[in-house]
Amino acid sequence: MREENGLFQKFEIAGGDFSRAGSVSTKIKEILKEIGIEPSIIRRAAIVAYEAEMNVVMYARKGEFSLYLTPHSIRMKIKDEGSGIPDIELAMQEGYSTATDEMREMGFGAGMGLPNIKKNADELAISSEVGKGTALDVIIRLNQAGKE
Amino acid sequence: MKLRDIQKLLQAEVICGEDRLDTEIDSAGASDLMSDVLAFGKPGLLLITGLSNAQSVRTADIIEAKAIVYVRGKKPDREGAELARKKGIPILSTRFMMYRTCGLLFSHGLSGITEGQEKK
Repeated sequence: MREENGLFQKFEIAGGDFSRAGSVSTKIKEILKEIGIEPSIIRRAAIVAYEAEMNVVMYARKGEFSLYLTPHSIRMKIKDEGSGIPDIELAMQEGYSTATDEMREMGFGAGMGLPNIKKNADELAISSEVGKGTALDVIIRLNQAGKE
Repeated sequence: MKLRDIQKLLQAEVICGEDRLDTEIDSAGASDLMSDVLAFGKPGLLLITGLSNAQSVRTADIIEAKAIVYVRGKKPDREGAELARKKGIPILSTRFMMYRTCGLLFSHGLSGITEGQEKK
């Protein structure tokens, strides 16, 4: 679906579906590659997408992943219906985790998800309501060299 | 070091990517935590892990790893193997444990990926 100045795509993420976890991120990476975005930026976007998608799979019933691409930026909005985050500041700390054994067996839940997202984003906004869900708004700018 | 040399050194079984054993590998990283791999991973690395589910293959794809080595004789599940074939990521499986796998590769000249960052 094309908008006036770019591209918009929406994906559904099923909470708890570990077998398909990551498929949305793989798709997003393919889209960005096809468009010809610079590889270092694709990597950052893919890492953000993957960590955010894993968070939805692990902690939410379902989620919606919206990708907005303009000539200037990649914007990813991830909104879920789930347990929410009681203390966002705490969740942003590396190593802080509320993961279950099942999540850890998947190689995730080490308390690196949100810090990894922050590290790779140019802008990150998080809002969350306990018992309702969490929304992430991530912007990665295109008109600059890699953030690293 | 070529992937073929790595396979011989680790006496590893080639699970997929037989046609890519001539790929040149310059660096490696080892972890069972995929978030760590996403944090430290650099394009082109060899991912050494004991996590053999589909998430390890997805992680390898996201960070553009060149190949995966599963330690302790692990094999990918069906989804992981399918994804690796689709994405063209070779998978080797060695019966050696993580420590020995890393030690063998390091002592034969395959360096880690974060040499510059370790000083921090």
